[in-house]
Formats: sequence, C-alpha cells, structure tokens
Amino acid sequence: MRGIISWGTSMPHWRLDRSTIAPVAGGGGGRGTRTVASFDQDAVTLATEAARSALAGGLVPDMLLFGTVAPPVMDHTNASVVHAALGLPAGVAAMDLGASVRSVVGGFLMAASTTDTVALTAADLRTGRAGSAEESGGGDAGACVVIGSDGGHDVVVAEVLAHASATGEVLDRWRIPGEAVSRTWDEKFTEVALRPLVADALNRALTTAGIEPADVAVAVVDAPSARIGAALARVVGAQRTADDLSATVGITGAAHPLLCLVNELERLAAAGDPGGTVVALVHAGDGADVVLLRTTAALGHHRVDATVADQLATGGAVAYGRYLSWRGMLDVEPPRRPEPQRVSAPAAWRAANWKYAFSGSRDTTSGSVHLPPARVSADGTRTDEMEPVSLASAEGTVATFTVDRVAYSPSPPIIFAVVDFDGGGRFPVELCDLGPDEVTIGSRVALTFRRLHAADGIPNYFWKARLVRQPPPGDGKEA
Amino acid sequence: MASHSLRDQVAIVAMGCTPFVEHWDKGLDDLAVDAVVDCLSGTGLTTNDIDAYWLGTAQGGMSGITLARPLQLHNKPVTRVENYCATGSEALRQAVYAVAAGAYDVAMAVGVEKVKDSGYQGLNAVPPPNDGTARTLTAAAMFSMVAPAYARRYGVDPTELRAAMARVATKNHANGARNPRAQFRREVSAEQVCNAPVVAGDLGVFDCAGVADGAAAAIVCRAEDAHRFTDKPLYVKALSFVAGNGGGLGDPDYDYTTFPEVAATAADAYRQAGITNPGAQLAMAEVHDCFTITELVLAEDLGFSERGTAWRDLLDGRFDRDGDLPINPDGGLKSFGHPVGASGLRMLYEAWLQLRGEAPAERAISTVGAGRTRALTHNLGGYPGEMVSFVSIVGTELD
Repeated sequence: MRGIISWGTSMPHWRLDRSTIAPVAGGGGGRGTRTVASFDQDAVTLATEAARSALAGGLVPDMLLFGTVAPPVMDHTNASVVHAALGLPAGVAAMDLGASVRSVVGGFLMAASTTDTVALTAADLRTGRAGSAEESGGGDAGACVVIGSDGGHDVVVAEVLAHASATGEVLDRWRIPGEAVSRTWDEKFTEVALRPLVADALNRALTTAGIEPADVAVAVVDAPSARIGAALARVVGAQRTADDLSATVGITGAAHPLLCLVNELERLAAAGDPGGTVVALVHAGDGADVVLLRTTAALGHHRVDATVADQLATGGAVAYGRYLSWRGMLDVEPPRRPEPQRVSAPAAWRAANWKYAFSGSRDTTSGSVHLPPARVSADGTRTDEMEPVSLASAEGTVATFTVDRVAYSPSPPIIFAVVDFDGGGRFPVELCDLGPDEVTIGSRVALTFRRLHAADGIPNYFWKARLVRQPPPGDGKEA
Repeated sequence: MASHSLRDQVAIVAMGCTPFVEHWDKGLDDLAVDAVVDCLSGTGLTTNDIDAYWLGTAQGGMSGITLARPLQLHNKPVTRVENYCATGSEALRQAVYAVAAGAYDVAMAVGVEKVKDSGYQGLNAVPPPNDGTARTLTAAAMFSMVAPAYARRYGVDPTELRAAMARVATKNHANGARNPRAQFRREVSAEQVCNAPVVAGDLGVFDCAGVADGAAAAIVCRAEDAHRFTDKPLYVKALSFVAGNGGGLGDPDYDYTTFPEVAATAADAYRQAGITNPGAQLAMAEVHDCFTITELVLAEDLGFSERGTAWRDLLDGRFDRDGDLPINPDGGLKSFGHPVGASGLRMLYEAWLQLRGEAPAERAISTVGAGRTRALTHNLGGYPGEMVSFVSIVGTELD
C-alpha cells in the first residue's frame, strides 16, 4: 500500500485582521484573519518547520522535494537549505519544484508513483498590493506530507487510490520574476475555464479507482481563490467539502493543497476515523488534478505535535503597518546601525552542522555542551574529545533576557534571551514571535529556523527561540 | 596568576590628552598629532627622541603606519595594537614592557579613535567574513541583563538599584561638568537619568556612555631616568590583563552579576602592587563605566565594596569626588564618551593630573591631600560572559 505516512504544518504566529486593511489602504480587506509570516520567515523556513514536524519521529526520507512560488533564491536549490536544517544525511536527494502551485501537486503525483519515501514540503508567502483581494485573500504557511509505503515503522494512513490530471492553458494568475505579488485575471473567467477540467480529471480518477462520485466522503478543493474554490466544489459534488481555511489562514499558494489536505486528515483523525473514508484532493489552476485517497485504520491513531487547529488557536495580532513593512511595501526608517554583511559561503559551509542543524558538541569526559561546537574542553586541557549533539529539537528555559531598542533588526526591537537547554547547554539567542512584555525569566522556549536577514541577495538562516505556547483548552480543536 | 611584578621599574613622565568631543573638524591624523604634541609639550623632547611607539586604535587604521605617516616618524618601530575597549591601555602595556625589557629607553603609547565619522549610533565593529550566526546585539543590551540579575541575587529592591545606577550617572556627570576635556559638561539629575528614553532592557540613554572622538598619549622610560624628564613622574606599580575565554556565554552557572575577568585582573594587579585593601589604599579609581550598572558591579569586582553592597556604597556617596574613594573623578566614559583606542590613556591622564596635584581645584580629590599616592585605572571590552579586562596601578612614590 502506498500513500501518506506522515505530515506536518507550519503556521506563522502572526494574524492580520482583515478589517484593519481598509482604514489604511482605502479599500480591500474583509472579514476574518489571514496568517502573516514574520519578517524573519520565508518559504524556506516555513517549509523547514513543516518538514521538521513531519519528520519529528526520526523518519528519514529518500528524497526531499520543496515547492514554493516565492523561492528565496533562484539558480540555487533552496531545498538544500531545508535539507541542512533537517540534519538529513547527504544521501537524501533534495530538489526544488517549479515556481507554480501546480508543481507541488506534481511532486505529490511523482512521489506516489515511485517506491521511495518522499518528503514533499511546500510553503508560500502570499501577498498583494495594498488593499487588493490577493492581499486579504492570501495567507502564509508551510505544509509537508511524507509519501511512502507500509513497512518498518512506516504506516500508510491515507492510501493513494488513483489520480488524474487535465491540462489547459488558462491564464488565471502569473507573476513576473523578481516581483513579490502575482497578477490575476477575472475570477469568473478562471472559474468557467477550470470547471470542465475539474470535471474531466475527477471522472477519470473515479473510473480508475472504480468508485462512484457519491463514494467521495469529502473533497479538499484548492483553487486560486476561495470564491473559485467554492464554485468548483459544487462541480465535485462530494458528500462534504473540507474547510478551505480561507476565513482563518487565507489561500497559501504552494502550501495550500497540502495544508488543506492535512487539516482534513487531522480533523478525521481527531474524530476517530475508522478508515475507509475516501478523500478527494482537487487542485484547480493551470488545469486540474484530482488525487483520490482512502484513509486506513491507522489514521485514527495518528497524532501530530501541533495540528493546524492547535496552531490556529494560538497566535498574535500584527498591525497592518507592520505587516506592510515586513513585506517591503512600507519603507520604515531603520535603526541607525550598520546593516549586516553577507554570509561567507565557505564559513557557512564549514559550520553547516551548527548554522543549519543547531548541532553543538558534547565533551565526552565532562558532558558539558558547547554551543557553538568547540574543539577544546572548557578547562582547556583536552582537544578534539567531543561528540556532536543536535539541540534543534531541545526545549529550554529563559535564564535572563533583554530588549535591545538600538541594535539593527529588520523589525526592531530585538528581544533576546539567555537560554538554558534541557539536557545541558546554554546559548544566548534572539527570541521571535512575541511582544516585549510576553517573556519572563523561566519562560519555556523551543528553537525555530529563521532567516535573520539577507545581504547581497544571500538569505542568512539561523535559529531563534520562540515561546512554547499551549493552545487554550477546549478552543480551536474543532476549527 | 603567573605574572611577575614590574613595580617601580618604569615611569610615566609625560602625558597629553585632547578634548573628547564630536570632532567633526578633525580627522584621526589631527587627533593623533594633537595628543602627541600635547604630550611632548614642556618636555623638551621631539618625536625623534622617542625610540618606539605603540598605537592603540580599534578601527582607526591598520599597522603602525597609521601613526608614522601623520607624525612623519622616520625609521621608528611603530606597532598598532587592538584589544577591544582596552585598546588604549594595551598600547601603554606594550610600551611599558618594552622599556622594562631594556629594548628601548623612551617609548610612547598613543591611543586614538575617530568614531563619529561612521554616522551610526554607538560603537560599531566590522566583523571578518563569517557564517552569520554571531550575535548582533548592542553592548547596552548585553550589559542590561546585569541589573535585574544583580537585584535578584542580592535581594536589592529594583527601585533602590535604579537609584544607585542613577547615582553613577549623576556623580560622573557632576565630575565631567568640571572637566574642560569632557564631552558632556552639564550635570544631570536623578530624575533626568531615570526618565530618559530606554535603550535596552532597563538602561536609558543616561545609563549609557556617550560616543566621542579623542586621543591621548603617554611617554614612559626606566624609573631611574624619570627625573631627567619631569620632577613628578608616575611609577607603574602593576599592569594586568586577561582575555576571557567566552565561557560565561555558555556556562549555565554564570549569573550576570559579576565579571570574573575583572576580578582576576584586579587580584593580579593588587598582588603586583602589594595592595591589600584597595578601598583604603587607593586615592582614586578610573573604571570602565560604559553603563551605570557596569560601574556598580566593577566596584565589587575591583574589591572596593563587598559583594552585594556597591549599590549602598554608591548611594552613601562613598565614590563621589569628595568621598572615601573617588571613582571617575574626571567624569568617566559617561562624560567623555568612548573613543575606544583613547579611553584607557584618558583614564591614566586623570591619574596623572590628580596624583600630581594638577587637577583643577573644582575637581581635585581630597584623598591625595590625605596622603594616598596610588591610583587604579580599569578597562573592559566585550560583554558579560566574554570580555577582556585591564587593570593598572600607578603611584607617585617609589616603594
């Protein structure tokens, strides 16, 4: 049996209340919220966090695929950064998919067609011009599914029954390379043009699977906009249509087909799904793709650390002005301090285990942990008697902290803490996803992979710490 | 610590110091020339009479040519040194060692920094190419973590600690107001200090040293030759320096209430100088008051106050200009700003004036009149957990 064996998602901490847009932009906005990636997140960091969650049990895939419409760099494989941050062995291939949403669905289809275990991780930052429907309707997130086969520790929770695709040149949306926002054609045209393609792909997939339309319990519909998606869901005609997350998250581009599918699987798992439920993943855009999945008895027992609902139950509000500055659409005065220099490629390469995988060294005699890794023991008497130790998954406690209102940051102030990690090791590290009043001595924190800044076009990735936030009890689980 | 005391082997026989201000109209070369000319004046010496030079500048230029060119030094050994904020003191240390070793008869230490040309706030260093994982925090933020830690460890009411930190600022600015070479020449009130805009943590603008351009210089020779140049030399009693291993940053036992590198250099210097009770034996101390909380903790690490009591000694006025042990009678970094390469020698310049009875009356300390003959200067550079520390002790009398 072949299908989904694991997944993880990464929801940014910040939420933009859409009603705050119009007073500034003069129009746009609407009801509900959208997620907003912080200034120190990009598609690579969101996809990395989603993949960390999906692989948290020690799962090592044969291949890592990364998809986004917002690649931090081109002509260089962004997936290799994800690979490094995950601390994966060199033998794991890491590839980027093309810069369109559909390429992520293509990655899914390719993964389903091989015998390899493939981690497919995708992320996007969706924005638009101030006041646009793209801006309010978009969202930022990362999502990862791992596709493999039963065997060993791997258990398929949603089997791939069949898939079919229909292609048509429908210019529904496009982005000029180098620009941050996409342009779109009339939504009504897109809906009309995509409608027959969805119907065609669905019918062929159902035929291949040998099931009737009425057997589809739930349709997960990913479309260029929530409105188009709602119209196409009626074409699918499943018993139920899954939450498209447009009210709370927004349409998250390359991440969205995976995010909505995972959210539905989590919903079924939480509801104690006995297996045998047919889920249709329908992607519409540049054509249509339908993947029919059937849940297994293992789904009801599958648990993840932080479900989409868990992540949506926490989070903080970001002001519209700050959101605009984070996306580079509002040029705010920076601190009068030097901007960081570009990262040295050789220095980063030498320090890859530290910089990307947060791997320090443990003194084999004293047991003390060195962050960053050291060659010489703390007492200066022994050299090269260390073993590597990765603390990327460790949680820690804030020993002391401060707020730096002068230091350079793309989004001042810097909130900074001295963190003592469970199991040993202390590291002074920047905190993220919080306000200055949210941290205290004794706060519990976990590490998160972030983009500190970029210089000369080189994103500088490293780790920060975020507060370990518990979702409010009884809230959000059913969202 | 395995150092050998050079007590009374080397003497400081001349000093010079420029005003420390925003010298928009002077470059690094001008400041270096001004300090050297000031240092030589009255000695009858020319630059050619100095056998060797050490130039302390953190970012003013590379190599000894940075000094040799503006001063047109011909065929002189000029060495540029850097050791964080102890850079000026490092120049002195190397000059003293060279004379003590017998390599040269007369040497000059020059410290100079041109900070204000960068256009940035505070002090800035340009790091070498790196992997992008280093902290980019300001010094203010790193030192701001000391105050709450100190209050917690010693059970000091935060309001009283705030008052003690404010006292460092009011005291040093009151001293600086009486010093024509200081950048800031106005007294400030505790209310102004406490209500100033926040920079980092609980540190406000008036808890932080300023930024200025400046230069200072000193001539050293063998002690037995000192009276050929001046009737009132200062004898070097002790020089101590430690470059920390950075262990505090990663040590879960480090609690941000003390600077171990400073305590180590203080103990070493007192041993070299034969000082057993610094609070009673020193006439004054010039310490590295980069932030108000720093000076408070230094008073303990340098052995002036018992642990957990410096805040009380400050509030009692013990370190005031007319107190039992004046600290930073010239106004300190608070009043002068901190041109990195020059500050260590600027501190020594105050000892030079005060111990020799040349400080102006409105700033003269009473401990010298009471018979104390020795002064301490102290620099630190870096951050809590990862710093360099320098301590010197100088005196007017041979032991």
